[in-house]
Amino acid sequence: MFDIEKIRADFPALAQLINEQPLVYLDSAATTQKPLSVIAATEQFYARNNANVHRGRHTLSEQATHAYEQARATVAEFFNIAINELVWTKGATEAVNLVANGLTEQLNSNSVIIISPLEHHANIVPWQQLAKRTGATLLALPLQQDGRFNTQQCVKFIELHKPNVLAITHASNALGNLTPLEAILHAAKQQNTLTLIDGAQAALHLQPDLQQLDCDFYVFSAHKMLGPTGLGGLYGRYEQLNSLSVYQTGGEMIESVTLTETIFRQAPAKFESGTPNIAAVIAFAHAIEYLKALDTTNVYAHEQAIFNYAAKKLQSIDGITIYSDLKSNIGTLSFNYKDEHPYDIATLLDGFGIAVRSGHHCAQPLMQHLGINGSVRASFAFYNNHQDVDLFIAALQECIALLD
Amino acid sequence: MIKTFKEIAQSLDNASAWQQKYREIMLLGKQLPAMPEVLKTDDALVPGCESKVWMYLDFDLEENTLVIVGDSDTRIVKGLLAIVLALYNGLTPEQVINTNAFAEFQRLGLIQHLSPSRGNGIKAMVERIQTMAQQKS
Ligand SMILES: Cc1ncc(COP(=O)(O)O)c(C=O)c1O
Repeated sequence: MFDIEKIRADFPALAQLINEQPLVYLDSAATTQKPLSVIAATEQFYARNNANVHRGRHTLSEQATHAYEQARATVAEFFNIAINELVWTKGATEAVNLVANGLTEQLNSNSVIIISPLEHHANIVPWQQLAKRTGATLLALPLQQDGRFNTQQCVKFIELHKPNVLAITHASNALGNLTPLEAILHAAKQQNTLTLIDGAQAALHLQPDLQQLDCDFYVFSAHKMLGPTGLGGLYGRYEQLNSLSVYQTGGEMIESVTLTETIFRQAPAKFESGTPNIAAVIAFAHAIEYLKALDTTNVYAHEQAIFNYAAKKLQSIDGITIYSDLKSNIGTLSFNYKDEHPYDIATLLDGFGIAVRSGHHCAQPLMQHLGINGSVRASFAFYNNHQDVDLFIAALQECIALLD
Repeated sequence: MIKTFKEIAQSLDNASAWQQKYREIMLLGKQLPAMPEVLKTDDALVPGCESKVWMYLDFDLEENTLVIVGDSDTRIVKGLLAIVLALYNGLTPEQVINTNAFAEFQRLGLIQHLSPSRGNGIKAMVERIQTMAQQKS
């Protein structure tokens, strides 16, 4: 049984008033709210267990190291990957940068990098920079006018350009649209292309088995998966991961150092320089435990039910244009009302206690592709309920009355 | 007729609910004279804003006053801009320096619109106006 009210009680931030009205949190694509277990784990760490990891023989340090490495095992198991294939980063952004920087020596002016027009800037700019450094050609997969991929077109494009690297999102942050990854990854594999999937948006909703997905790299952000901010991760197929050159250098990532030479450790250690975000790593393991304790099938069914309910209600409002693909979506509704500015809608919605995002959603090339300056984005997570949708739609109708 | 800042403050104070306040703000935006397209240059665009905000700043040497023209593509920001213009337009540099937009917005219950968010165009505008006043005083 999926008891939504019991779940909501686990997220204290949901039970508050904003502008004297119950908060309706529809901005989980930006960051999710945190369950009590994650909040408690953070507090517990600083109140009792605080010590640095991988150094010192004292009891607290050993306990912290154990908890920290146990967390890596928990998260690796969640994604069905090996423990040494998971690198902690400060977020999805840093994880993409780590890979793009680490590939510098492997590419040259004959190389081809393919991204897509609906990427978050975090999965565009590091590749542009890599192309500039190496002289490689940067191309974008064809995207239909409606913001959806045509699988056949994508496969043909990959066969034609034989990219060395393909970096693409699992789901669009601006639209929620799911990428047809299976066919794209299959085509890339035929060309021996290195593949990176941006899982920042999808990881929470789809809980992917990365071995089954069969990509070379997968990046995610803990804070979009019920965990703390300032932490993310990079999965890399071990051989590919270990072949990347080092990103940041310093303590913790070395085997031995003389004043002139350094021998680096093997992955993942060689990418984890300096003192890590220990508290966040440990608390994130609690977020993953929380997710694992829920019945994945029921969670997904609930999310889709809420999404479909919201989509149907939104569609029935005159003057609304929806940009999201309603058939294959992680639970995000991107829309505009007539030619009203999304900023005005989001500001007025906030007056009703409704938290949505407005703007270009760090996806300016996609906005250009869709021919808009921005949109209003309502993004749902499993802790949203039907009442959230009803309050959102009622508030939106009042906003429209204020604007018309 | 463009309202004075005092008249604006009065009508906002009289607004019974927040919806009324926003209605008033959007109305102020509507009443703001359109900014001539030739003034909407890249230089006039306040950078990094979620909404487009243009501001043209000039200094009237004869009158020793600031001349401010502005526009935005959103209704609410344009209305807030109208309030800032009513607050500062035609003041001498010294008067500008002595007029604290943050205090006024606080009093009007609009302080959240001067938040330190990077995309906040109103805040950037106020800072530009104050910088010019500092240079001219
Ligand atoms: C699809 C996608 N990729 C990457 C990122 C960057 O994540 P972070 O800011 O946590 O590094 C985001 C976050 O908004 C995202 O939605």
